[in-house]
Amino acid sequence: MIPLLRRRPTAGQPRRLTLSILRCNPADPASVPHLQDYELDEADGMTLFIALNDIRAHQDGSLQFDFVCRAGICGSCAMLINGRPGLACRTLTRDLGDHITLAPLPYFELIGDLSVNTGKWMRGTSERLQTWIHSTTPVDLDALEARMEPAEAEAIYELDRCIECGCCIAGCGTAQMREGFVGAVGLNKIARFRLDPRDQRSDADFYELIGDDDGVFGCMSLLGCHDLCPKQLPLQTQIAFLRRKMAALGLR
Amino acid sequence: METIHTDVLVIGGGLAGLRAGLAARKRGQQVIILSLVPPKRSHSAAAQGGMQASLGNAARGGGDNEDVHFEDTVRGSDWGNDQEVARMFVHTAPKAVRELAAWGVPWNRVQQGPHAVVMDGQRVTLTESAAAHGLITARDFGGTKKWRTCYVSDGTGHAMLYAVSDQTIAAGIPVHERMEAVALIHDGGRCYGAIVRNLIDGRLLAYVARATCIATGGFGRIYQSTTNAVINEGIGAAIALETGVVPLGNMEAVQFHPTAIFPAGILVTEGCRGDGGLLRDVDGHRFMPDYEPEKKELASRDVVSRRMEAHIRSGKGVASRYGPHLWLDITLLGAAHIEHKLREVKEICHYFLGIDPARQWIPVRPAQHYSMGGIRTDAHGQAYGLRGLFACGEAACWDLHGFNRLGGNSVAETVVAGMIVGEAIADFCASPDGDMQVSTALVRETWAKASAEFSAIADNRSSEDANQLLRRMQTLMSEQVGIVRQGDQLAAAVAELEQLIQRCRQVGLRTTRAGANPELTTAWRLQRMLKLAQCVAYGALQRTESRGAHFREDYPRRNDAEWLKRTLATWPDGEPTRPRLDYEALDVARMELPPGWRGYGARDAIEHPATALRQAEIEAIRASLGNADRHAVQQALMPYRHLLPPHLRGLNARIGEER
Ligand SMILES: Cc1cc2nc3c(=O)[nH]c(=O)nc-3n(C[C@H](O)[C@H](O)[C@H](O)COP(=O)(O)OP(=O)(O)OC[C@H]3O[C@@H](n4cnc5c(N)ncnc54)[C@H](O)[C@@H]3O)c2cc1C
Ligand code: SF4
Ligand code: SF4
Ligand code: FES
Repeated sequence: MIPLLRRRPTAGQPRRLTLSILRCNPADPASVPHLQDYELDEADGMTLFIALNDIRAHQDGSLQFDFVCRAGICGSCAMLINGRPGLACRTLTRDLGDHITLAPLPYFELIGDLSVNTGKWMRGTSERLQTWIHSTTPVDLDALEARMEPAEAEAIYELDRCIECGCCIAGCGTAQMREGFVGAVGLNKIARFRLDPRDQRSDADFYELIGDDDGVFGCMSLLGCHDLCPKQLPLQTQIAFLRRKMAALGLR
Repeated sequence: METIHTDVLVIGGGLAGLRAGLAARKRGQQVIILSLVPPKRSHSAAAQGGMQASLGNAARGGGDNEDVHFEDTVRGSDWGNDQEVARMFVHTAPKAVRELAAWGVPWNRVQQGPHAVVMDGQRVTLTESAAAHGLITARDFGGTKKWRTCYVSDGTGHAMLYAVSDQTIAAGIPVHERMEAVALIHDGGRCYGAIVRNLIDGRLLAYVARATCIATGGFGRIYQSTTNAVINEGIGAAIALETGVVPLGNMEAVQFHPTAIFPAGILVTEGCRGDGGLLRDVDGHRFMPDYEPEKKELASRDVVSRRMEAHIRSGKGVASRYGPHLWLDITLLGAAHIEHKLREVKEICHYFLGIDPARQWIPVRPAQHYSMGGIRTDAHGQAYGLRGLFACGEAACWDLHGFNRLGGNSVAETVVAGMIVGEAIADFCASPDGDMQVSTALVRETWAKASAEFSAIADNRSSEDANQLLRRMQTLMSEQVGIVRQGDQLAAAVAELEQLIQRCRQVGLRTTRAGANPELTTAWRLQRMLKLAQCVAYGALQRTESRGAHFREDYPRRNDAEWLKRTLATWPDGEPTRPRLDYEALDVARMELPPGWRGYGARDAIEHPATALRQAEIEAIRASLGNADRHAVQQALMPYRHLLPPHLRGLNARIGEER
């Protein structure tokens, strides 16, 4: 769990918040990126989801942003919050100062204002890394399922929890420099399928996918990703482990 | 006008749409899937609790099978569902879980030997068998006789959605993301695809398809307080309604979930209560046993929600700035259990409430949760009213759930229905019916009509504000068409919705923006959502009985004599502010389980005249078959297997049960 600096709920007058939002509309050739300020009164339990929707309903209906689950589950709402990638829907305004700066995630294609096209990038990465169970065993729908150790299932779920939010990419130095870099999200997926006994691919197969500078050898282990992942995936250990495995294979 | 051609157009990239698309693709059809958002962000990802399938591996699931699951589902539905569909479903659910296991879903597994659980407030020790070790385990959920809910920690929907989505990527099925279907192309008899709005650049495109499948999920956002995602606005069901010929079934059947955190409405899973969590009031008193001595916190959702609201109204709620609430107490489960099995709950409490559920109670109050109603289809998912149109998942009224769905039966329905309906779509495309001759004029006219609708709003500068109308509708629905309903309030709601429907035709915009302006999107959707809301409110007003989640204070008894029927709402052209309601009778003479008491809740239903007769008939059939095996008995009572695609007809293996 990411520790939070909890401000005590204040009695009396609500705080007046200023949200400075980086706006830009690529659909309009005349649009240039600019900061626009919106002011509003803070309410109890207000999240950035509530604040942004309040602004859209009462001040500016054209403001673009993405929320789906508004519960920190779907990965839609990652943005730069005071410069740091995070999920807007589960960020309480009471944990931030009076002046809040919001900008779209860098690196991904901009759709407009705070909305970026993470979905397109994630699908591309899935296709490239073939992030699905590779098995030649046909599924017998009528038979008992194959057995699995309970601890093994839990370990796979631990890595399966990635919500493809893109925070790790937004915070990654390599990704900013190398366009083809698969990032922590991509490496974690490989680690996930590698761990899964149902996937019949060998390390040599995985090496084909990530055994280069766009993959595990491009990572500089600066670990921007590890601290930013809202699901707190064990990215650091997984990347280090993968690198050792792949390096060993590369030396052969 | 850009036109895209395909065999199968699936509208919706949640579990149901993806699974249906996959089935059709595997049969060689060309498939395109549309989604408002990247498919992995669909609301299916939010299902925390689990998926029901009668594997019978866990100790408390011993003796479970399709028959028990069937009875639980029918009782849960308050006899409002289609029993043949329920049979198809319970038979296919184990296959679906096992297929997902092979596709990589890391289902939690049985660990042999003793382990401690909390049941009914007590710590007890259960012992899992060695024979079941490593098979898929299950947890307890409301309204079920056995522990039947398979789960992946509390990220079941996430794990399922990722596995199925990855399979569609493997199969090379294109998903056109950030695309919204805004009208169906049809001639009153057959559907030919849809007009679709690109949510990035705002352009309208035509997708022409031999078969179209709507899998757009629920419509919780017509309510103010809902556990649903913000994209669950029901536009898929609305565009079907807009055709004037496709009926929506049982729209008044809306489920409220007992434990949404207050006031944000974010769900904490039923697994909290299944695993032993308790509901407490302002005095810290555990009140559910007072109302439901047998099932207590684990009665079905409609019953628990109603009891909670009643308890609040009796003055036992906890007062807060946003209104009264109750407490959910999971502290007794212990920090370790919460950390491993209910981590999502822990995160939600931490981030949205700033509390630790291992030490503090969680403020909760029931909120809208699930739409039992939707596009009415037959057992194969073919929509009523238009050939070539199919529907599945929460958007459909296949009618598995009747007037109340059981927890865990919904994500199970999405994949099971996807498997079945996807095959039906492929069959349709392979048959002469699947051939199509579509007039380009029809496509162009439908496109032009949709285009004119958007321009009418975009060019309007009137001061009628869509956001204001939207909020009014949501409040009205929560307050007057909510958990406890009453004739005069419903009548007032219908009347006010009529006004809102009139007013929304005048909405104008404040902003202009190149591309897809969110303000325009909201205003356009509002007009559709109001019609859905009216179907719910008007259906609820007309249904003068209580059944499942539909509870009328002025008609508190279930009335099988008059209301054993499904509401069908259509909205023909020329009906300005209300749908037309027709009713479809449920046939008691063909039921495997004739109406009776659910085993929880009130026991005062008004009997249908045919019930006793059918009951006697069933007893005679059972007696005549002596000790034939359960499948033979079932077959004699209500054959259903012929309705399934051949590859889904096999019997399911279980430990301890010969195949
Ligand atoms: C918080 C929560 C928890 C739940 N937990 C459980 C549980 O534990 N067990 C259980 O059985 N059930 C649970 N449910 C219910 C279950 O998750 C849903 O009923 C189910 O996932 C619905 O799946 P679906 O595929 O029908 O729709 P969804 O997953 O909602 O997908 C709908 C899709 O349609 C697309 N779409 C919508 N409109 C359009 C349009 N006009 N044009 C194009 N695309 C469109 C969307 O982008 C999306 O991809 C839960 C529900 C909620 C709200
Ligand atoms: S460790 Fe650094 S370079 Fe490697 S993926 Fe993480 S952020 Fe990127
Ligand atoms: S690894 Fe973490 S930060 Fe990266 S996409 Fe997945 S959930 Fe987001
Ligand atoms: S909206 Fe789903 S994670 Fe924020």
